[in-house]
Amino acid sequence: MPFALLKYGFSKKYPARHSFTPRKDLNQHYDVVIIGGGGHGVATAYYLARYHGITNIAVLEKGYLGGGNTGRNTAVLRANYLTEEGVKFYRESLQLYRGLSNEFDFNIMWENRGQLTLATTDAAMRSFRWRAEVNKHLGVGSELVDCQQIKELVPLLNLSENGRYPIIGGLWHYDGGTARHDAVAWGYAKAACERGVELHQLTEVTGLKITNNRIKAVQTNRGIVECGCAVQAVAGTSSLLAGMAGIKLPIHTYPLQAMVTQPYKPVLGPLVSAPHVHVYIQQTSRGEFVIGGGSDPYPLYSTRSTLEMKESLSSAIQELFPFIGNARLLRQWAGITDMTPDYSPIMGLSPVDNYYLDAGWGTWGFKATPICGKTMSELVATGKVPDLIKPFGLDRFYRFEQVNEAGATAASH
Amino acid sequence: MKIIHCPLNGPRNISEFAYGGEVEAMPDPVSCSGDEWAEYIFMSDNPAGLVREWWLHVATAYWFIAERNTVTDEIIKTYPPSELYKQRIEFAKDID
Repeated sequence: MPFALLKYGFSKKYPARHSFTPRKDLNQHYDVVIIGGGGHGVATAYYLARYHGITNIAVLEKGYLGGGNTGRNTAVLRANYLTEEGVKFYRESLQLYRGLSNEFDFNIMWENRGQLTLATTDAAMRSFRWRAEVNKHLGVGSELVDCQQIKELVPLLNLSENGRYPIIGGLWHYDGGTARHDAVAWGYAKAACERGVELHQLTEVTGLKITNNRIKAVQTNRGIVECGCAVQAVAGTSSLLAGMAGIKLPIHTYPLQAMVTQPYKPVLGPLVSAPHVHVYIQQTSRGEFVIGGGSDPYPLYSTRSTLEMKESLSSAIQELFPFIGNARLLRQWAGITDMTPDYSPIMGLSPVDNYYLDAGWGTWGFKATPICGKTMSELVATGKVPDLIKPFGLDRFYRFEQVNEAGATAASH
Repeated sequence: MKIIHCPLNGPRNISEFAYGGEVEAMPDPVSCSGDEWAEYIFMSDNPAGLVREWWLHVATAYWFIAERNTVTDEIIKTYPPSELYKQRIEFAKDID
């Protein structure tokens, strides 16, 4: 067997398929430079190439493809937000997710599992009813459920009335689901590279050359690249890169931690979120339980993990699913998130004419990957802000027109 | 566990404290422009490095200032706000 495998590996008849750009020198000029090779960056490149015929694109990534927050999130896909602007935007993203595997000819492992958010107070139930009605009105599948329905959806959940916070109902978002986050980045990158986009990994942007309020070139650790325009898609370090362009953003940077247990047999279908104890959980297709919660209590540019977070997630999740007390933890990790004041992203035009922002993705970036790529590519190609992302412009803060999604986002994916 | 040296209570566990945002000069709310106010309320340099921040020791309701490195998570020093603010600030002086 090992010899057969070696023979297969070295045979010229079965050459390894190169999905991404092989290592090569940077060109002198690109029409579009996308800074950040995560899901958003490669999705933007893909849609530019597919729908707008622009293929002279470089995606510059300081580490490796999808190695930042694309590979650190907990892969929750949902659209059960509160504002009309938010629901419409994330609804389109879910729609696109459903078709991605076919579009790429590459399995991103999208699963329509449904997502359940639990309530322990009347106030929470009122806000859930509000969200459910907004969702239904805009064609997103959400409904209120009582404890009997919850028991049918998640038989293992502790619904005892004697607990510290007895559960009284929930918001059942049956359109929600999950997908493999790495595969989303890989799929977009593969499909973009097939159309002529260049992905340059280990290429860090160290400066931006801006004259007459237009970006002319991007300075990297591998030399200077001239560009027709540039897009920044660097969740986690958005303030620092925007700072190089002289742009100040309404962002504070917080770590967001998560952890994962050893694998179990499939016992948990839906994704379950419990905002009252700041925890959410899902079982991956490998069987592991992924457990996440709220952001760290203070800002930090670091992906370190803390004992405090491990304790708080563990105690909270045991209240919901007591059997998890016996599980061993495999890993704990952190991503770095751009938290905005209204928990909505900052997308679109910037004060620099041909420099476009894709930032402020806080804890809601992965679920927006497809629609973000699609709308940002339209903006880059046409110069006009698509209607879907008009409410998310940086200028909304100067008009005091925030899009408040704090209630539908905080610690409750 | 991480320890913060509170100027009032000495070294205490970080779980007893709450973060209160960066120390920033407030523009005059009566005379400043809308843009200046938005800048003050929302925008941030959000530096990777040294920052000066408000922290609260929750149990004693004591606000103080800490200088912290946002990359290494080191607290460089802490001191009472009176070291920065020599005069009382009247927030509602001109607003009736």
